[in-house]
Amino acid sequence: MPRVTYVSPDGEPTALDVEEGLSVMQGAIAAGLDGIVAECGGELVCATCHVYVETLAESLPPMGALEDELLEHVVAERRDNSRLSCQLVLGAEHEGLVVALPEAQV
Amino acid sequence: MNVVIVGTGHAACQLAASLRERKYEGDITLIGREPGPTYQKPLLSKGFLLGKVAEPNLVLKPAAFFEQKRIAVIEAEVTAIDRAAKQVAGLPYDHLVLATGAENRRLTVPGAGLDGVVMLRSQPEALALRARLAGTKRIVIVGAGFIGMEVAAVAAQLGLEVIVVEQGERALARAVSLPVSRYLLARHWAGGVRFHFGAALAGFEGEGSLRAVHLADGTVIPTTLALVAIGVVPNMALAAQVGLATGNGIEVDARLATTDRAIHAIGDAAGYPHPLYDNRRVRVESIQNAMDQARCLAQTLTGVPTVYAKLPWFWSDQWDIRLQIAGVGAPGDQAVLRGSPEEGRFSVFRLDAEGRLSAVESINQAGEHMAARALVARRPRLEPSQIRDPEFPLQQLAAA
Ligand SMILES: Cc1cc2nc3c(=O)[nH]c(=O)nc-3n(C[C@H](O)[C@H](O)[C@H](O)COP(=O)(O)OP(=O)(O)OC[C@H]3O[C@@H](n4cnc5c(N)ncnc54)[C@H](O)[C@@H]3O)c2cc1C
Ligand code: FES
Repeated sequence: MPRVTYVSPDGEPTALDVEEGLSVMQGAIAAGLDGIVAECGGELVCATCHVYVETLAESLPPMGALEDELLEHVVAERRDNSRLSCQLVLGAEHEGLVVALPEAQV
Repeated sequence: MNVVIVGTGHAACQLAASLRERKYEGDITLIGREPGPTYQKPLLSKGFLLGKVAEPNLVLKPAAFFEQKRIAVIEAEVTAIDRAAKQVAGLPYDHLVLATGAENRRLTVPGAGLDGVVMLRSQPEALALRARLAGTKRIVIVGAGFIGMEVAAVAAQLGLEVIVVEQGERALARAVSLPVSRYLLARHWAGGVRFHFGAALAGFEGEGSLRAVHLADGTVIPTTLALVAIGVVPNMALAAQVGLATGNGIEVDARLATTDRAIHAIGDAAGYPHPLYDNRRVRVESIQNAMDQARCLAQTLTGVPTVYAKLPWFWSDQWDIRLQIAGVGAPGDQAVLRGSPEEGRFSVFRLDAEGRLSAVESINQAGEHMAARALVARRPRLEPSQIRDPEFPLQQLAAA
């Protein structure tokens, strides 16, 4: 189970062991973590699961066209390391992944 | 302070979450009649039914969430409210919120109670339907609304023969424009789904379990599985019984309060005047509506009285088609096409009698839909020629 660290907007880190095959979004929801809203449940509709990827970016699944399109409409600033966390499916190689949560999702 | 919420669905869970986000320190209690963890509904007729989403991933809010946030959850059906004493299920309340949602409309034709005649709203119902789809070769779906059309697509992808029976003249007539309805129908047709439009249901035949579906014109369709998906009715019996105003849903004002100031209603159950639509009373069945009303009410209950005025939006997945709707159209609206259905990416702009944009329906255009949300919220007057013109900068108009 890769350990993923979620850093809140005020800098507070929360480390979670997330089962392989789950997404970064699902890991956060299953733990009741704040900061990822995920209104659509991972269907690539809502753009409320925005994160900034701080480590291991190259090892993550590549960004699809739809994700790219939706990232143009996230509420917080889109940066080079912006991703939609429902698309980040985890494997063993993601041990130590760090994502920062944006100021707002809605 | 003490907030009691009836329901454990999307609206109820989001209200509890938003109250804590806004630093509300009092007690929060959710009372819901469904057993087990809270779950997400949209996946039930899409990824979950198709077998792409596993059951644990349906969870809406886990037990840890309720513990960490000191939100009590009680499993019980609420059957009475003592408005004078401000008590419900033995609990005192300062604010009571009815987030009771909706339930499936039932068919009253003969045989509706047979084994094999099923409906879909809850997680147990989705599990049961998934098992039945795996064990049979044909399904008859009564109703070509969103649930009926989504399940039809899933069942056909799972290899079943699918027959849809609809009393109206077209699919999704209540929800979308003619061009979008036709486009979706064509995709279903290409996938092997067959339709009977203008078809009244006479009854279900069988002894104990279903053997055939009978239409009023005499057609008999042999099948052991039929899904009844003819829309929902708001859960408002409780509200009506304690003397609150009800009509199309529990009637609330612009700030989501019922006729009793201490009681609010949100989500599928609530009918409210929508400021973006000339304060016409609407009742919206969507995740967006449930979540945004919960956030709005959390502001009001934490000392910032807020009028609910968010633009409704909705989505549906059928086959490889992503339909997204911003706003609410009416059957009489003019439908203007932008883009080309042949390329599988287009939008339909709907204009009301005064030429104001009421809704935009997008097919496979996530970005356009996002821009359309901002545009429709302004309710601009548009000329059909502007909409059709691919050079006309709609995105700029939204930002103006
Ligand atoms: C299969 C399916 C697919 C859908 N797909 C989409 C989609 O793609 N996009 C979209 O936007 N929307 C979709 N929806 C609609 C969306 O799920 C609803 O709009 C949303 O669930 C409404 O939330 P709610 O909290 O108001 O009501 P619900 O989620 O219905 O919750 C109400 C809860 O209150 C409980 N309750 C009612 N009365 C009482 C009582 N007296 N005592 C105790 N408990 C009570 C009910 O049992 C229920 O658990 C779908 C719905 C279904 C069923
Ligand atoms: S959860 Fe909705 S887009 Fe990721």
